[in-house]
Amino acid sequence: MNKHVSPKMNRRAFVIGSATLGAGLAIGLDIPFGGPAMVRAADGSPEIGAWVVVRPDDTVVIRIARSEMGQGSLTGLAQLVAEELECDWTKVTTEYPTPGQSVARKRVWGDFSTGGSRGIRSSQDYVRKGGATARVMLIQAAADAWKVPASECKAENSVITHTPSGRTTTYGKVAEAAAKLTPPAEVKLKDPKDWKLIGKGVKRLDTVDKTTGAMIYGVDVKLPGMMNAAIKDCPVFGGKLKSFDEAKIAGMKGVKKVVKVGDTAVAVVADTWWHARTALEALPIVWDEGDNAKVSSESIAKWLAEGLDDAQPAYVGNKNGDAKAAIASAAKKVEAVYSYPYQNHATMEPMNATALYTADKCEVWCGTQNGEAAFAAVLEASGLPAEKCDVHKVMLGGGFGRRGQTDYVRQAVMIAKQMPGTPVKLLWSREEDMAHGKYHPITQCKLTGAFDANNNLVALHYRLSGQSILFSLRPEALQNGMDPAAFQGVAQSGEAAFGYSVPNLLIEHAMRNPHVPPGFWRGVNVNHNAIYIECFMDELAQAAGQDPLEFRRKLMSNHPKHLAVLNAVAEKIDWDKPAPQGVYRGIAQVMGYGSYVAGAAEISVTDGSKIKVHRMIASTDPGYVVNPAQVERQIAGSFVYGLSALFYGGCTVKDGKIEQTNFDTYNSMRISEMPKVESVMVPSGGFWGGVGEPTIGVAAPAVLNAYFAATGRRIRSVPLRDQNITFA
Amino acid sequence: MANLTINGKTFTLDVEPDTPLLWAIRENAGLTGTKYGCGIAQCGACTVHIEGVATRSCGVSVGEAEGKKITTIEGLASGGTLHKVQEAWIAQDVPQCGYCQSGMIMAVAALLNEKPKPTDADIDEAITNICRCGTFQQVREAIHTIASA
Repeated sequence: MNKHVSPKMNRRAFVIGSATLGAGLAIGLDIPFGGPAMVRAADGSPEIGAWVVVRPDDTVVIRIARSEMGQGSLTGLAQLVAEELECDWTKVTTEYPTPGQSVARKRVWGDFSTGGSRGIRSSQDYVRKGGATARVMLIQAAADAWKVPASECKAENSVITHTPSGRTTTYGKVAEAAAKLTPPAEVKLKDPKDWKLIGKGVKRLDTVDKTTGAMIYGVDVKLPGMMNAAIKDCPVFGGKLKSFDEAKIAGMKGVKKVVKVGDTAVAVVADTWWHARTALEALPIVWDEGDNAKVSSESIAKWLAEGLDDAQPAYVGNKNGDAKAAIASAAKKVEAVYSYPYQNHATMEPMNATALYTADKCEVWCGTQNGEAAFAAVLEASGLPAEKCDVHKVMLGGGFGRRGQTDYVRQAVMIAKQMPGTPVKLLWSREEDMAHGKYHPITQCKLTGAFDANNNLVALHYRLSGQSILFSLRPEALQNGMDPAAFQGVAQSGEAAFGYSVPNLLIEHAMRNPHVPPGFWRGVNVNHNAIYIECFMDELAQAAGQDPLEFRRKLMSNHPKHLAVLNAVAEKIDWDKPAPQGVYRGIAQVMGYGSYVAGAAEISVTDGSKIKVHRMIASTDPGYVVNPAQVERQIAGSFVYGLSALFYGGCTVKDGKIEQTNFDTYNSMRISEMPKVESVMVPSGGFWGGVGEPTIGVAAPAVLNAYFAATGRRIRSVPLRDQNITFA
Repeated sequence: MANLTINGKTFTLDVEPDTPLLWAIRENAGLTGTKYGCGIAQCGACTVHIEGVATRSCGVSVGEAEGKKITTIEGLASGGTLHKVQEAWIAQDVPQCGYCQSGMIMAVAALLNEKPKPTDADIDEAITNICRCGTFQQVREAIHTIASA
C-alpha cells in the first residue's frame, strides 16, 4: 500500500551524529549530498544522503522540504527523487524534515519556501541529484560486497543487478553499507527522454487520510494538557489595543486566562476553543483605532485614480519607442480605465498554530508555506536561540500564499510565552481570518492604445496605479524604489514577460500603498495585469475592426511560446467555427511564473446579468510536466479560485476595516457554477515553469471578453456582483 | 452534561446544550475529521449525518442533537471497509488540500443514499459545499463513477 505517512507529532525525526547547531538563519545555501558522518532516521534506518532514507524492508522515505497544501508538490517532488533513485514507487513514503534540523545541518534541504509556484521548479535540480546520489551509493555498496566494479551493476525498482553474473540484491539489504560511503562529488542526471516516472500522472501520496478524517491539519493538533485560544486583533490595521475589561468574563466556563498579544490584540485562553471564543465575544474591548479609521474604499479609489495622471511620478517597468509621442500624433486613440479590488485568500482552514513554550525550549506545530520563515518567527517571538526552537509542519488546509506569512505563528508564541509549560492552540475564527488577511493588492490601470491610419497598433501606454506587495513584505527586493513584481505578465523579459510587440510601448507603475496589508494571493500581480491587458487587447481589436485572436496573433510573431499556447486554446475551442447558438467566446493569454498560459471561455448571458459558463479551456507550457494529473487539477482549481474572485470576491474598506466577515459576504463558487475545465498541456522542454498559479490569470479575462461578445458591454471592474451580474 | 450518539457509540460529554454540535464533536468527543470552516452553515466543511440527513453541524446545538443518531467522517467506513464514496475519492484522487473533503464526502454519501443515480442537476442542487482548491470536477466525476458501478 502506497500511503503517505503524516508527519508525526512530538518526535525528533533524526538522531543527528555530530551536528553543530547554527545560531540563526543567516547561513548560506549549502547542499551537500550526504557527508562523512552516518546519519540515522528516528527508527534507526540509514540516511543515504539527506533526501533519502532506506529501511531494511526496502521502504524508501523521501524527505520533502517544501509544504503540501493541496497543490501536489509532495507527490511531484517525490517523483523527481524516485526517478533518479530508481526505487520501487509503491514503497515510497515521505517525511518533512523540520526547519530546526535543516538549520542545524547547514540548510541541507535548501529552501523550505512554498510560494511563487516554485515548489518543484526551483528545487528540481538538487532533489533529482539527491536521488541520483543515493542510487550511486547504493549500487557502489552492492558492488563492494560482490567485489565487482560498480560500472557492471545497474539498479531498477529498488533491485541492484550485477549484469555479467545476474546476481541481485535490494536497496534495503545494502542501505547500511551505502550510508557509510562517501557520496560522489558529481552525479549525472537522466536525459528527460529516459524518464519513466516523471511525466506520469501517478496518484497522490496523501489521499487516503484525506478521505477518512485522519489527516492532521494545524487545527487538529492535540498535545497533552493543551489549552485553546481565540484572538481579536485591532480591526483597523495599524490600530492598537487600548484596554479590555477582564472582570466582565470572570467565571465564564473554561476560561483560564486573558492575555494581551503584542500592542494590538487580546486573546482568551480556555479549556476548549468554543469556550475561549464565547468568552472573547463577551469581552468588552476598547481599541485605539488611530488615523487609519478614516480610510474607506472610496478614499483609496480616489488616491489610486490620482496616480493614473501622467503628471504623477511612476516607475517604468517596460518601455520601447516613445509611446506618449506616438499616441499624441496617432490617427485613432482608445482609452479605458480598469480596476481590481482587495481579495482575501479565505483558505478553508482559518489561520492557526499551536505553541509550547518553556524556559529553555519553544516548539510550534502549524501549517506553513515557509517552514524557515515560521522558524524565524518562533525565534523572534520566543527570544530563544535556534537550537532551542523548532517548527513541526502539518498539512495545510489551503495556502494560496496566505500561509507564507507568519503573523499567526508569532501570535501563538506570544500567547504561549505567557503560559510557560502549557501548550496553547491559537485558532482564528473565520471572522478574524476575513478581518486580518494579507490581501491581494488593490490597483487601477489606465490603458491607452493608438492606431495608424491602417488600423495598425502603433502605441500602448499601460499606467498602473496602486499597491506594491514587495514594499510591504520584502522592501529589500525593491529596485531603487520600484517593485519589479508589479509588472508580472507585462514585464520586458524574464519569467513573466509581455507577449506582444508594440512599436511604442510604455508600462509604468505609480505606487500607492494604502494601510491594508497586501500579500501574495494565488497568481499575485498576474491576476489584475492579465485582466487589464487582455480585456484591453479585446477593446483594441474591436476598435480596429478585427477578430480578437487575429489581432493578437499579429502582435505575437516575436513571442512564439506565448503564441503557441494561444493557438492551442483557439484550436480546442474551435475559434474558427461559429459558437453554438446563444453562446459567446472570449480568449486570453499571459506569461507568469516561467510558464506560458492561455484560456478560452464559452458563456451564455440571460437578461444581461446572468452568466452561464459552458466551457473553459486552458493551455499551458510549463517546460516540463512532472505529473499531468496534478497539473490538470491545478489548472481547474486555479480557474475556480480566479472566477470566484471575479464573480463573488472583492474586499471593501469602511472606517479603516475590512467589511466582509465570512462566506456569506465573501462567497465562493459552488459545483453548480463551475463547468469542466479542459486542459491542453503543451510542454516544450528546456525550461521549468510553475503550475499552481499561472493559469489563474487567464480565467477572468476570457470570461469578461466572452461577456462583451455576448452583450456588447465592457466590464472594467471586479467583482461582478457589484454590477449585479451573477451566475445563471 | 450531554449524551450524544456518534458513530454508534454513546459519548457522555461535559458540554453545555447550546454548544454547536461541531465543537462538541471536535473538542469534547475528540473526533477532528469534521472541520470548522465558517461557523455560519455556509461552507459545509462541518457536514455530518443526523439520522442519515447531511447537516451542517456548526448550525445545530448539542441540545438539538441529543438522542439522535450522528455519523461523522470517522464513522462512515464500516469495520475495516471504506465507504464507496471514500473508495471512489481515492480512485479518482479527488482531494487537493483535503480540508473540505470530510464534509464533501458526507454530503455526497447522503445524496447517493437518497438518489443512487443522481443527474448533474441533482448534484448541483445537493452539493453546495465550498472547496477553495476547486476539486469540483473530480467530485462530479467520482459521483458518476459510483452511480454507474
